[in-house]
Amino acid sequence: MSQNIRFIQGNEVCVEAALYAGLNFFAGYPITPSTEIAEHLSLRLPQIKGRFIQMEDEIASVCAIIGASLTGHKVMTATSGPGFSLMQEGLGYAIMAEIPCVIINVQRGGPSTGLPTSVSQGDVGQALWGTHGDHAVIAMTASNHQDIFAMTVHAFNMAETYRTPVILLFDEVTGHMRERLVIPEPGEFPLVERLRTSVKEGVDYHPYLPREDGRLPMSDFGGKHRYNVTGLAHDMWGFPSNNPSVVQGLLRHLVDKINNNSHNITRYNEYEMEDARTVLISYGSSARSALHVVKNRRARGERIGLLELQTLWPFPFGLVRQKCADAKYIVVVEMNMGQILQPVRMAVDNPERVYLANRIDGVFITPTDIKNILRIIQGRGM
Amino acid sequence: MAIKDYIRERFFPHMWCAGCGHGIVLNGLLRAIEQIGISKNDIVMVSGIGCSSRISGYVDFHTLHTLHGRALAFATGVKMSRPELKLIVPMGDGDALAIGGNHFIHAARRNIDMTAIVMNNRIYGMTGGQYSPLSGYGTSATTAPYSNIDHTFDVVNLSVAAGASFVARTTAYHVMQMISVLKQAILHKGFSVVEILTQCPTYFGRKNKLGGAVEMMEYFKNNTTSVGSKAKQENPELIERGVFVRKEIPEYCSEYEKIIQRATIG
Amino acid sequence: MERCRLVFSGSGGQGVITAAVILAESAVLYEDLIAVQTQSYGPEARGGATRSDVIIADSEIYFPKVNQPNVLVCLTQEAYNKFYSIVRPGGLLITDTRFVKTWKKVDARQKELPMYQTIMEKIGKPIVFNIFMLGSLISMVDLVKPESIMKILETRIPSAFLEMNRQALRLGMELGAQFNY
Repeated sequence: MSQNIRFIQGNEVCVEAALYAGLNFFAGYPITPSTEIAEHLSLRLPQIKGRFIQMEDEIASVCAIIGASLTGHKVMTATSGPGFSLMQEGLGYAIMAEIPCVIINVQRGGPSTGLPTSVSQGDVGQALWGTHGDHAVIAMTASNHQDIFAMTVHAFNMAETYRTPVILLFDEVTGHMRERLVIPEPGEFPLVERLRTSVKEGVDYHPYLPREDGRLPMSDFGGKHRYNVTGLAHDMWGFPSNNPSVVQGLLRHLVDKINNNSHNITRYNEYEMEDARTVLISYGSSARSALHVVKNRRARGERIGLLELQTLWPFPFGLVRQKCADAKYIVVVEMNMGQILQPVRMAVDNPERVYLANRIDGVFITPTDIKNILRIIQGRGM
Repeated sequence: MAIKDYIRERFFPHMWCAGCGHGIVLNGLLRAIEQIGISKNDIVMVSGIGCSSRISGYVDFHTLHTLHGRALAFATGVKMSRPELKLIVPMGDGDALAIGGNHFIHAARRNIDMTAIVMNNRIYGMTGGQYSPLSGYGTSATTAPYSNIDHTFDVVNLSVAAGASFVARTTAYHVMQMISVLKQAILHKGFSVVEILTQCPTYFGRKNKLGGAVEMMEYFKNNTTSVGSKAKQENPELIERGVFVRKEIPEYCSEYEKIIQRATIG
Repeated sequence: MERCRLVFSGSGGQGVITAAVILAESAVLYEDLIAVQTQSYGPEARGGATRSDVIIADSEIYFPKVNQPNVLVCLTQEAYNKFYSIVRPGGLLITDTRFVKTWKKVDARQKELPMYQTIMEKIGKPIVFNIFMLGSLISMVDLVKPESIMKILETRIPSAFLEMNRQALRLGMELGAQFNY
């Protein structure tokens, strides 16, 4: 057996990937179904001289990782729906103050305490608009262990590249499921390290003055440059400002740095899409059921394919529009009331082609659920 | 180094009202730091939201101006990840003990090495004079027009009960004592709390007819006494000042270093 | 091999989930097969009937849950009552004689094995019940080799307990072979 093959839960895959990406600090609060991430990191982080702390709640957890990120470390927290709600305040702070960090949400049924041990994809919309104020956000997901690993590493890379929080929306099924993982060799995935300023001591350092490429070099707290970080609207020195042109520039920058780099951030998989007349669009664990349907029906000669989205926000409008151009039917498969259905309808021409195959009762969506919807759609006026 | 070298001069004059006690706290804090002689690069000041939290903008340290009530949670992340840094966390009374009350007691319980300064002016000043958890029964505020029925915390007793290993109280009037207890608190290894009674003539003073800044400071002078003094026995109404608790107990980051040693041996 | 879908059920403490994980892990690490394991969580997993699903195959597995198992193992009456009806027609249903009284109307090959009784007679330690059950299972269904299971146990169990587990696995296989008709 190769030392690099493991048979583990998705939550543990996320831990392995975070450590591969250079995670050094984790703060969190126990919540089902994400708790295994905290448990494994409490064991693993001190072994690499990293630090783990269990905070008094999720609000404190996200604040603590932001503090630790400022001293130059790669940081992460993990939670589920109710905790993710509490983290929205800190998430907004990290967006405003441009602090790299990764927030894992292993989704469960909601609203409120909901279904603590059941699967859901109900937090997709919250990831985008959960925190107040105008902003852009990066949120990603995956459907199998190899991709959970890759996307977790990608999340850390995007957080460092764009100085922003990145949300990983996993779910109860992928989080608790065990399957094979081949741990990539060191160097197999490129890692983006903290971009630190080259400005010398005694020379003015502007923590919020973007370079020409839009990136903002950082300086570690405790290092040679002393500066201010605030959640208030601020100028290039990090000091509060309510000057309209400064505020306008800041908000544009926060949104543009993400939305204008969608091509860099977007990841997806496609299966059997070349001549597909029926296109399933799915993500996370529900993409597994969708893929099951595609493989079965292709074997019987049906022209059906799957577009599996891995980056949900910023939404890849161009990609979806292009991949669906020739489709007769587009079926979004998700475990919510249509949170990705809406942007898909915005993305494509003739949105009356877009249908929803969903499940919202805490039960993992099955291939039969999807086939039942396909039967209804395809039986109508073909 | 001169006191002036510790401030960001371009942001002065400060934004606090005339007569506010917060500027005195800033002055006392800078003198304490100057007397200890800590390098500016080794200090991280983390503050929350409110009048008090604006103090971080005026000092030339690494400064983190955070969310309302959350300063200690951010500070915990900074300290845990770089334990060699000195953490100073000035907070208002509402900031530290209403919205931030949970973070306050848990930081104290962990005994993580940082200095929490509670600038207690008994009112929410930034939002215009609403009652805080420290206003007290029978006081008046813009949200207590019929008189306040909320009882207060005793910040010292709360801190002691929560496990803080250094607890002190002083006032904006007693500036020499303020410098002294701040020095001791900053040098103490563990979670230290310094409650500083400070006057808000604009809201608390006006709403409660306590006069101006001078009268409010006279109140501090005449209604406080040293910890364990004879005066306190004779007049239990007096508020005690000084160091209430100072104990050597294991500090959180040092304990975590031991965890790392245990984890890296196996 | 053909795709095999298994459901293990019983009560907390019987080690059914551990057994499911060990089986699936041995298939992935030592038999070059594909396997997926899932389990039910929450209040129903604390007391009540616990359940773990395993799929073992030689091709990719997408849908990870089991609706109709080829093999259903029930180690308590509650688990049997709750799950007996999901077994695939013509499938295999394994129960323990000590804990389960079966009904005749199930459309499956029902095998009632005195697993618990045999362990208590020959080993005297109920802690290896789950490994004994795995032994019986792999002698009745062609899934993985016993050596593969032992290799997994070697990484999970203190060496002092390995021999007892090896014995339980072997005894389980012997018992299973008697029922493999």
